[in-house]
Amino acid sequence: MAQATPRAQPATTYDVAIIGSGAGGGMAAHELTKAGANVVMLEAGGMWDNARDSAMFRMPYDSPRRGASTPERPFGEWDACIGGWQVPGEPYTKAEGTKFDWWRARMLGGRTNHWGRISLRFGPDDFRRKTLDGLGDDWPISYDDVKPWYDEVDKLIGIFGSVENLRNDPDGMFHEAPAPRYYEHLVKRTSDKMGVTCIPARLSIITKPLNGRAPCHYCGQCNRGCATNSNFSSGNVLIIPALRSGRLKLITDAMAREVLTGADGRATGVAYIEKTTGEDREVRAKVVVLAASACESARILLNSRSARHPNGIANQSGVVGKYLTDTTGTDVAGFIPRLVDVPRHNADGVGGGHIFMPWWLDNRKLDFPRGYHIEVWGGLGMPSYGFMGGIQNYPDGGGYGAGLKQQYRKYWGATVGFSGRGEMVPNGNSYCEIDPEVKDRFGIPVLRFHWEWRDHEYRQVKHMQETFRALIAEMGGEVWSPMPTREQGYGIANGGAIIHELGCVRMGTSERDSAVDANCRAWDCDNLFVADGGPFVSQADKNPTWTILALAMRTSAYITAQRKAGAL
Amino acid sequence: MTDITRRDALQGLLAIPAGLALSPDAVERARAHVAEALVDQGTPAKQGAAQPAAYQPKQFSPDEWHLVRLLVDDVIPRDAHSGSATEAGVPEFMDFILGEYASNQQWMRDGLAWMNAECRRRFDKGFVSCTVPQRHEVLDAIAFPQRAAPEMRAGVEFLNRFRNLTASGYYSSRIGIADLGYVGNRPVAEWEGTPPEVMKWLGP
Repeated sequence: MAQATPRAQPATTYDVAIIGSGAGGGMAAHELTKAGANVVMLEAGGMWDNARDSAMFRMPYDSPRRGASTPERPFGEWDACIGGWQVPGEPYTKAEGTKFDWWRARMLGGRTNHWGRISLRFGPDDFRRKTLDGLGDDWPISYDDVKPWYDEVDKLIGIFGSVENLRNDPDGMFHEAPAPRYYEHLVKRTSDKMGVTCIPARLSIITKPLNGRAPCHYCGQCNRGCATNSNFSSGNVLIIPALRSGRLKLITDAMAREVLTGADGRATGVAYIEKTTGEDREVRAKVVVLAASACESARILLNSRSARHPNGIANQSGVVGKYLTDTTGTDVAGFIPRLVDVPRHNADGVGGGHIFMPWWLDNRKLDFPRGYHIEVWGGLGMPSYGFMGGIQNYPDGGGYGAGLKQQYRKYWGATVGFSGRGEMVPNGNSYCEIDPEVKDRFGIPVLRFHWEWRDHEYRQVKHMQETFRALIAEMGGEVWSPMPTREQGYGIANGGAIIHELGCVRMGTSERDSAVDANCRAWDCDNLFVADGGPFVSQADKNPTWTILALAMRTSAYITAQRKAGAL
Repeated sequence: MTDITRRDALQGLLAIPAGLALSPDAVERARAHVAEALVDQGTPAKQGAAQPAAYQPKQFSPDEWHLVRLLVDDVIPRDAHSGSATEAGVPEFMDFILGEYASNQQWMRDGLAWMNAECRRRFDKGFVSCTVPQRHEVLDAIAFPQRAAPEMRAGVEFLNRFRNLTASGYYSSRIGIADLGYVGNRPVAEWEGTPPEVMKWLGP
């Protein structure tokens, strides 16, 4: 790659360089600075501080846009997260026939500014799927290895939930969960009747004071960034506190290009582009931690080629980029006549569902191997751009005038929706690699994606559709969209749409078939670690963030122990 | 954040119904962390003070603007409960949206032209020259997709979109939000769950 001007040699050698400031990078920075290391962090986007930048409490009429999306904020103008499936100047390509969309966040805190705070521990089965059903691979670690770290994450960051003693949905150290909203009571009763397990949500939102943070005030606008930091985002809960230690150097607008290595093959630092000037820069460090997101970390590794690492670092086995997975997803909404004319009250609550359904069935009795959880939505949320689109679908069949106004009043809050979020089985045809032709605006070779859903996923999503339609029917409701056909993939979302990319830098027991070991250390580079979704061997029917945090904390403790022992 | 917004937020806090029986401690705690949260939040954009007479549309011709102002109020008129779409600034909202989201321009332009053409076919004059009953005759023909005649399809599709955009603008305005009775997006000291009267309404 083009490096016409030699880079100035940096004066400082840090103990650790971290690429990325999301869940994994933030946790690594927090833990390593706490342990006394001098850390430098590279973030490809700009600074963000919820206390200063949050749009909490804005009303739709505070903007002529009324909350509609913008190019940099596809989830609405007040959404905290700057990023999306398209980032200007940073393309990616897809193999012919591939449907895959790659989300990137470009800001301090990364995707933790975007997500729904659903914080589920993986269960004992989720680390040993191959043993149980012969598909995919087992992890080299078990739930018991990760449990103490989940506990520490709970204590440090905070989570609400309820103790349920479900075998594969382990309980955490929960704050009290908020009581259900009106429609959630109806969903809960219906689920109970139909034998669908329905329990309080588990979200990383605190409902009592924790580590200097105030409890939730239930404005329902978590996605805008919480000005009181009552929910989790990496920037405000981990990185800004780490900055106060004086041992963290944060470099924003720094686009990592590659991991630099010495003649011995060990990492010496990171080359990056200073986005504001376009200049090549580098940082030197004794240890490098990649936490740029599963695919971005794979890209950096694959672009880090040298005589010692001709296929990229951590890639002796050729496995980097392989076994890319995302969560499966489909949604169904229904009109519920008995919720018409719901008495007005503040139903905002926290920024997310107050209930959810963990996987409740036995796959051995079904025609697909892995489970899903269900998220529930509806209610009397803040009206904004897009309010009650498609009123002609309601029973009055459309209209205008005073009668139409009456419809909007009576039907508001009478819709309930379900989103299925399920486990995909890794397959050989879903992966990313370096595109041989295309480069981004910084001159860095980009990723090319290959994607395939298999019958495992199609059958699972069909089951979601049937379940959601049955739940709505049992509530006396009506679904306006017909059941999607097999040709329509039963309504399965594109790969990447649920924004849970995992794999690509998978961990394992041998350098022959994995990129990193059980401590997330590169097999072929003993001072290089990966602390994002890359090392995951499999998905689960759970959102990955809590496990990314727990593994990043565990890896950070390992780095600290190795440093103390003089091995790093 | 400006003092005005902070004051509004604090008033929102004080306006929590007495029935929720908050402890003084809980109120104080919520007040404290809201006040803290609101420091340096930046200034929200001012609500465009609606002065329809002075407003110069950027995306609509004078004739289209006249039509749009009549049509939004046909869709959402003033009633005993709340103001009309023009009172809520919906035409100005549409003008902004068409400028910012250009994909809305073509269907809007074609649809307004269709409305005029249909009025001329029926009454030999454009929409704005029609009487209220004449305008309503055209709307009756396109406002209910299931019972509309097949040849009205272009009008039906236009009105579906126009009605959606009108509702977006109206129900995100102060007038529309008050009409709906939305009372959230404000700090609540303790989440009490669904109020008892709503649970009673929901039934067993």
